[in-house]
Amino acid sequence: MINAADTVWMLIATALVMVMVPTLAFFYGGLVRKKNILSVLMQCMVLLCAISLFWVLIGYSLAFGPDQKGLIGNLSWVGLSSVGLNPSPDYASTIPHQLFMAFQMMFAIITPALIVGTFVERIKFSGFLIFSLLWSAFIYCPLAHWIWAKGGWLAEMGALDFAGGAVIHISAGIAALVFAILLGKRCGIQHHRSPHNLPFAVLGTGFLWFGWFGFNAGSAGAANTVAVAAFVNTNTAAAAGGIMWMLLDWKRNEVPTMLGLATGIIAGLAAVTPGAGYLSPLSALIIGVISGTVCFFFVEKIKVKFGYDDSLDVFGVHGVAGIIGIIGVGFLATKKINPDGANGLFYGNINQLWVQLLTALVTILFAGLGTYLLYKIVDKIVGMRVEEREEYIGLDLSQHHETGYTLID
Amino acid sequence: MKYVIAIIKPHCLEIVKEELEKAEVHLMTVVDVIGCGRQKGVTEVYRGVKEVNDLRRKIKIEIAVNDEFLEKTVQAIINGAGEGEIGDGKIFIFNMLDCIRIRTQERGEIAIG
Repeated sequence: MINAADTVWMLIATALVMVMVPTLAFFYGGLVRKKNILSVLMQCMVLLCAISLFWVLIGYSLAFGPDQKGLIGNLSWVGLSSVGLNPSPDYASTIPHQLFMAFQMMFAIITPALIVGTFVERIKFSGFLIFSLLWSAFIYCPLAHWIWAKGGWLAEMGALDFAGGAVIHISAGIAALVFAILLGKRCGIQHHRSPHNLPFAVLGTGFLWFGWFGFNAGSAGAANTVAVAAFVNTNTAAAAGGIMWMLLDWKRNEVPTMLGLATGIIAGLAAVTPGAGYLSPLSALIIGVISGTVCFFFVEKIKVKFGYDDSLDVFGVHGVAGIIGIIGVGFLATKKINPDGANGLFYGNINQLWVQLLTALVTILFAGLGTYLLYKIVDKIVGMRVEEREEYIGLDLSQHHETGYTLID
Repeated sequence: MKYVIAIIKPHCLEIVKEELEKAEVHLMTVVDVIGCGRQKGVTEVYRGVKEVNDLRRKIKIEIAVNDEFLEKTVQAIINGAGEGEIGDGKIFIFNMLDCIRIRTQERGEIAIG
């Protein structure tokens, strides 16, 4: 039975998640040098178009279609055949099936868009586009199937990933790490370069937080108490992550920074994603604090030590926060918040912790190896990196023949 | 004492800076400018319409040097900005009357470095 209130909420939530894509574009765009702003906006916006079509034509069927041995959906929902306006018996049973499909579509778009942050300022547009489509088909869709689809093997084991800690943040984070190592460092970045437009990045952060309400509370699939819990948890963890990062920044770098606060907020949001609908508000606060702290040290210390150029810290923030969040669910989940979930270790169920650890590990290995292979293949066919000269000129001019800003009107 | 003004392509700035650092020239003023020279304007495409701007974006580097640093500075800029194309830019050299460090009011060669 279609419930009008649930349908309204899920329509809004879907639109909220859609807004996260251009918002993410501005978050990333503000952080690059000004000669590359348009290339970053372009990469995010083209994914909005390309993955939308991919999802309607084949992606949704691969991820959520009738299960094949727990590994992948079959092709019977290709082109959305049999995905109609009546509720699906398997997913979100009070809203039209197409609405659930559209909500999931936005998740499928934002995941490869997150990876953009690792290869900015040096990626070849054609290589990026082909890689992103292949990655969606061969990495995202299987992971989404394993963890979220009816019959997926990790889902059957009881893996809990409310809104995509593993499917989205760990997978994108690990892909970003592998990509950054394979692609190498940007040219002309030997000294620390400050972002060209920090206000864009802050605007992006603000609207990502806003969109994240749709992302997490929408993952309840209905306008119910779990959605409210997810909403409150999302806000709490974002706040805790931001405050934690700011305090560490203040203590270690002498001043609180705007970019630090913004990064901490994103770390909190990413970490609470897998547990949003399973945690108490205080547990969400703890997740936010841990994520703000660990991600801070990852970005400040570990990345510098290893020297890879994950340019906008997709791994250091999303990947690490996703891992914290997924494992955190194994400790802190409680059925008091969500009877359809499970209890974690602190509520007497050690088994959930093992399942969560396995989920994180499987995601890391699968996304890591898969990204490595896809990178090598695409690099062979069209090449991944622009020439050094094009890189110095900037991707806006060299890849798109446009400039973001003029010097004089 | 000489005052060096160099007009270069924007994407060469990082490399020119590296070359200048190698030559132990660390002090400079950098300005974003537009201008036109013999190089034809870049073609930009906005929604399929080609626009040719005859004023092109360039970077202007200004450096005050003592005489013994002049050739090293010039060579560093050439090394960094020279791509062998029209549009690589130009270097202008002026005699400089004086140089004053505002904080200490030192004058002349000692105030440059």
